Amino acid sequence: MNFDLIQARTIGHVIELLSANVGAKIIAGGTNLVDLMKENVEKPQTLVDVTRLPLNTITERQDGGLRIESLVTNSDVAYHEIVMSRYPLLSSAILAGASPQLRNMASTGGNLLQRTRCYYFYDTATPCNKRVAGSGCSAIGGLNRIHAVLGASEHCIATHPSDMCVALAALDAVVYVEGPGGERRIAFDDFHRLPGDTPHIDSVLTTSEFITAIEIPAMDFGLNQTYLKIRDRASYAFALVSVAAALELEGDTIKSARIALGGVAHKPWRNRAVEESLTGQTANKDAFARAATDILRDARPQSGNAFKIELAHRAIVRALGQAAAGTPQVQSNKSFQ
Amino acid sequence: MSVTNQHIGKPASRYDGPDKVSGRACYAADFVVTHLSHGVVVSSEIAVGRIAALHLAEAQNVPGVLAIFSHLHCPPVANADSAYQDQAAPPGSPFRPFQDDQIRFAGQPVALVVAEDFETARHAASLISAEYVSGHSHTNLSLARDNAYEPAKKRAGIGGPPKQRGDTGKAFEGADKQVAAEYRSPPEHHNPMEMHATTVVWNSEKSLLIHDKTQGAQNSQAYVCQVFGYDESEVVVASPFVGGAFGSGLRPQYQLFLAVLAARALKRSVQVVLTRQQMFTFGHRPETIQTVGLASDLNGKLTGIRHSAIAATSSFEDYQENVVGWGEQLYETPNAMFGYKLVKLDIYSPADMRAPGGALGMFALECAMDELAYEVGVDPLELRLKNYSETDQQAGKPFSTKELRACYEKGADRFGWSRRTVLPRSVRKGHELQGMGMASGIWEAYIVPTKAKACLLPDGRIEVSSAMADIGTGTYTILSQIAATTLHVGLDAVTVKLGDSRLPKAPIEGGSWGAASAGTAVQAACNALKTLIAKAAVSATASPLMGTRASDVRFENGALVRIDDTTKRMSYSAIANGNASPIEAEGSSDPYYFETAKSMLGLKKY
Repeated sequence: MNFDLIQARTIGHVIELLSANVGAKIIAGGTNLVDLMKENVEKPQTLVDVTRLPLNTITERQDGGLRIESLVTNSDVAYHEIVMSRYPLLSSAILAGASPQLRNMASTGGNLLQRTRCYYFYDTATPCNKRVAGSGCSAIGGLNRIHAVLGASEHCIATHPSDMCVALAALDAVVYVEGPGGERRIAFDDFHRLPGDTPHIDSVLTTSEFITAIEIPAMDFGLNQTYLKIRDRASYAFALVSVAAALELEGDTIKSARIALGGVAHKPWRNRAVEESLTGQTANKDAFARAATDILRDARPQSGNAFKIELAHRAIVRALGQAAAGTPQVQSNKSFQ
Repeated sequence: MSVTNQHIGKPASRYDGPDKVSGRACYAADFVVTHLSHGVVVSSEIAVGRIAALHLAEAQNVPGVLAIFSHLHCPPVANADSAYQDQAAPPGSPFRPFQDDQIRFAGQPVALVVAEDFETARHAASLISAEYVSGHSHTNLSLARDNAYEPAKKRAGIGGPPKQRGDTGKAFEGADKQVAAEYRSPPEHHNPMEMHATTVVWNSEKSLLIHDKTQGAQNSQAYVCQVFGYDESEVVVASPFVGGAFGSGLRPQYQLFLAVLAARALKRSVQVVLTRQQMFTFGHRPETIQTVGLASDLNGKLTGIRHSAIAATSSFEDYQENVVGWGEQLYETPNAMFGYKLVKLDIYSPADMRAPGGALGMFALECAMDELAYEVGVDPLELRLKNYSETDQQAGKPFSTKELRACYEKGADRFGWSRRTVLPRSVRKGHELQGMGMASGIWEAYIVPTKAKACLLPDGRIEVSSAMADIGTGTYTILSQIAATTLHVGLDAVTVKLGDSRLPKAPIEGGSWGAASAGTAVQAACNALKTLIAKAAVSATASPLMGTRASDVRFENGALVRIDDTTKRMSYSAIANGNASPIEAEGSSDPYYFETAKSMLGLKKY
């Protein structure tokens, strides 16, 4: 496989290159794209290397929010002073994923755009609507233990693999995108798509657009937040179910709640109606269980992942419990002490 | 000649450490070879069936592609199963690539693309497409368990399960307490850091130098000679470093066959490196379904053990290992019954993997012991001590080395076993449940026939060598410690050579016998060398020791010294230089083992 590798000089140059070369791909950390190219899943003719662009800073906005430029590595976000102190949910979610080596390479923008880890998406010997539109879905009726239970379609049951994005969804982040028509802002909820009948399209980003930054509004949940990730082994595994939960409390009463799920859908899953229904309720197990039931009301299992619905229910209750108690899940040091 | 221990068992820096951390140590695919071509394997996309068509044209047209081998194009190789049966082969018909259009397991090599460089080969390989007639594959052990059978031919060195003792039927019928459960273990694939790779340096039609990822340089050498019709003198296998193996390098894997096939046909050097994904397409720890039943009296004293296993194997070989035999070695019981059956699946043959059989059997047995402890209401550690075996009931012999009682004691002390709570899910640490548990392990202490050589070099240094492999377990260091101690020199005065088919004969490095066997042989060689050194020293002209009787000298810091007059001494280098011919000696692991182990371990090719 031959391809051109072009170093972009400016953001404008990136957009120019993306517009001029059909099927061009942006490469930053390359932690996912290079794998996909080795597997012949992605076969871009042109790679636009953006790593020399000056998009490497995290800055505090005047309104107290935080702007993370798209080339900041996952590690640098996770260990940034302000992120650790004010957005520990984001830090925790990032540290729950991948390995230190990958986090050192992976970029913020790239994390949003990583592809599913569905086995069939990677296996070019099998049909996959996400890889080859219209070829069929091998996961439906196949091995689908890791697949979606919410928002799936008859064309695709893949999940979005990111941990970081689950936290960004819960934090109401905004994605800043630069394209031929200038800048646009996309609410995090709207950024990733459900599969529908076009599962080969993961997000609303067009082929000539480029993520320049993520912004997170000012907020402070203190210790009343947690990222709970349930997976097959304690480290270096994708989530079967993960929950980013944050609560604003007044005594025992919930003032506001944020709940985002990972590992269960084609995108980080939020249900604002359920979150709103928690407002004014007492923070206890019953209320959390009702919320979990409501979030999972429309969950539909595949042949091999019915366990995920019960698992998600328990994980939601547990995560909200952790958030209410102000005892967030620790992502490191699970050793015997 | 007595030896004061200077080095054995004492902390030492790894002999191979600097080479490994600095990148100087060459693994199979690291050797720099001029005019090297690269082979990339195309793997089957189905698990069983046949290849109906192989579309090669597009790949063949890629500039730089030298050849594409497949069942459509494969130079003649040996046909007999025996040619492919290496030292560790189980009964059956070993897999050989490209001999027909049949697919026997997922990921089976269906083509090898050889090109001037790796990238070209990989790209061309991606352009090959195959059409298959897919059969119905059987890869699920649970679904196929009714097809379990007792293998007619037992694997050499493994044999069948132990014979029944006593009357387990009666023991379980009248048991005060008993537990029975089924335990499942998944297939586990070897994934050492170094992927399997072979570099064949083609010197001439009569001379190949092969760097193979192997735990037995001479095993790979014999395989290549048998399969491709080379004389032993024409093939050298040199694998000084192995990037982890634990069993995956015991049998020659298919990249060795493919690399030699291509090098021979193209008359040039070829390297084949498997991908991480292809590491899942050969030998692995087999999937098992085990049933364990334990019967005991009210106090937990065992009255019966039943242990049977069903294990997966391939359609073409009956891979066998000792899964069920451990219980009656580890625990005293008057009654015992064992069963071991195989199920043929459309998979590659399983292979030995770190404590083959033992890791599986002990997992099930020790889970069952914990169940029994709970059932009886006795501490799990106490239950083990109650049933502690002082003799190996299988062989009817005392153990050579069993320090388990002391190990239990130390472990319990270190872990704070006395503070353990019995109730499951009763201890939390933060958000995590925390438990404390224990299990025992047992493994045989093998020593196998191994030879070694010790040489006194002109500069007074010592070189010891054996064809034995060091898979990262420390054999280089251990042998340097043994040689240095035996010959009274510092560790830095010893050179160790391993993993080369030209060196003194050694079997595959497995079963945890490598260091013990090669170490015994090195010690024997060094002792023999001492005799020669002393002889040379007292007979050399111009020697300060000339005419001294061998019993009147001793070895000290790389020199020979008169016991009654320490001013009269001769250094090793002086002795070496004063001798007309090189001073070297061979040694082998204990002759007792040499004779008995041959039949015990079934090293039929040795």
